[in-house]
Amino acid sequence: MTDMTLLDRTPAMPLDPVPAPAMPPLATAVPDRPAQADAPVKLAVRGLDFHYRGFHALKGVDMEIPEKRVTALIGPSGCGKSTLLRVFNRIYALYPGQVATGSVLLDGEDILGPRYPLNRLRGKVGMVFQKPVPFPMTIYENVAYAIRHHERLDKAGLDARVEEALRQAALWDEVGDKLGQSALGLSGGQQQRLCIARAVALRPEVLLLDEPTSALDPISTGRIEQLIDDLRSRYTIVIVTHNMQQAARVSDFTAFMYLGELVEHGPTAQLFSNPSKPQTEAYITGRFG
Amino acid sequence: MTTSPREHIVRSQDEEHQRLVGEILRMGSLATAQLEAALAVAERPDGAAAARIVAADAAIDALEREVSHDAMTLSLRGPLARDLREVLSALRIVSDLERIGDHAAGIAKRAAALDRAPPAPAADGFARLGALALRQLRDVLAAYRARDALAAQAVRDRDAGLDAEYTRLFRALLAGMTGDPDSVAAGTWLLFMAKDLERIGDHATNIAENVWFMVRGDDPLPPREKADRTSQAG
Repeated sequence: MTDMTLLDRTPAMPLDPVPAPAMPPLATAVPDRPAQADAPVKLAVRGLDFHYRGFHALKGVDMEIPEKRVTALIGPSGCGKSTLLRVFNRIYALYPGQVATGSVLLDGEDILGPRYPLNRLRGKVGMVFQKPVPFPMTIYENVAYAIRHHERLDKAGLDARVEEALRQAALWDEVGDKLGQSALGLSGGQQQRLCIARAVALRPEVLLLDEPTSALDPISTGRIEQLIDDLRSRYTIVIVTHNMQQAARVSDFTAFMYLGELVEHGPTAQLFSNPSKPQTEAYITGRFG
Repeated sequence: MTTSPREHIVRSQDEEHQRLVGEILRMGSLATAQLEAALAVAERPDGAAAARIVAADAAIDALEREVSHDAMTLSLRGPLARDLREVLSALRIVSDLERIGDHAAGIAKRAAALDRAPPAPAADGFARLGALALRQLRDVLAAYRARDALAAQAVRDRDAGLDAEYTRLFRALLAGMTGDPDSVAAGTWLLFMAKDLERIGDHATNIAENVWFMVRGDDPLPPREKADRTSQAG
């Protein structure tokens, strides 16, 4: 026997068919993959050796770093990745007894050659270190200081450049109304972004990041990684990181170094999913280090 | 290097990985046993045995959920390179094994029903097709266990033979049903059962491709021959 009670509760079928919801066009729903190929070479390292205090830190390194791409340098402590980064802006020259031989061509010019002015190099190649080091002055002065050192701008020009740098470093919304306050009052993550603002204020072409998030919490780290993603279309970025997942997240190309040698260098997706060298595989899967 | 390159510095990762592999192999053994039992029911219809096979499918489904859970636990470690490919392959392989279990249960159900139906059309070849599918499943599981990409490639290459056998049986059944309308009901069940075996072959091929990917990375497999010509039968 039919249960009429149940039938009574069944809602009446609509007479008109329900129109199907409009589907968004697929092309707008799926973002394009970022293009990686065909970038010109920005930095070309040729037969680079580096010695300090009798230690052979880099051994015949050859590599090409593409323009407006993010290249990550990974490897165990002492492998030479930070040394290589420090060669790119000749910061090693501050210390006696450190010698780089070979060549590093920036847009085809050897920056290791005696005729390449250091001041010009530092204007083209900015650097951010592991620990944020704001100068003990105001937020505004932290950014303006380096600009004044390299260029003569009037007050309005300087203000505009400071704002541009802070916006590029994704910091303007947080500090735009307190530029006169001490930079030492900022959080660690904000201080690191201030250091990035200071570096980009000179409108460099290459940005070197030496473990820029190792002292930061996950939220601040996420902000810096988003910032790297925002900056990749304007700058050639080279980042040294101990965090393999970070290298996989932020870089287009990755170079694995071990005992002063470049073991493998290639597209990040390839290197982290199917590396060609057993040493790379062993290191990135946590089998030695 | 301070440890054997075969072991992770974090040994618990190796333990979690071993558990994942063990569960997949257990799932593979269950799916193989289910298929063997289903083929036996097809040979000698047995309603009680068919019911046991259908009920046992739940164990395969449960293992798939366990593997998914363990794959997620391993993913939290941020695996890279071969470790990453092992986790991705595991998720795909258990999905194929789960479907193989479903097809085995489907064969058992229909085989039991065949016993109660009017005679099926005269067409041999089902047992041969079943033996081929079973061999494919056993061999691909052996390839997974041994991490043997070449053995996996051999399984994939043999799928064309299974497809050709399926096409022969399909045509014979179609011809039989055309000549004897009383055999259409049983013939249709047999067509479904044959299709189940053909699909099991496809899932074994998928597993083979995942073993290749897991071992070799992005190296492309050569194109393979496909021999299911049933769309041209009639």
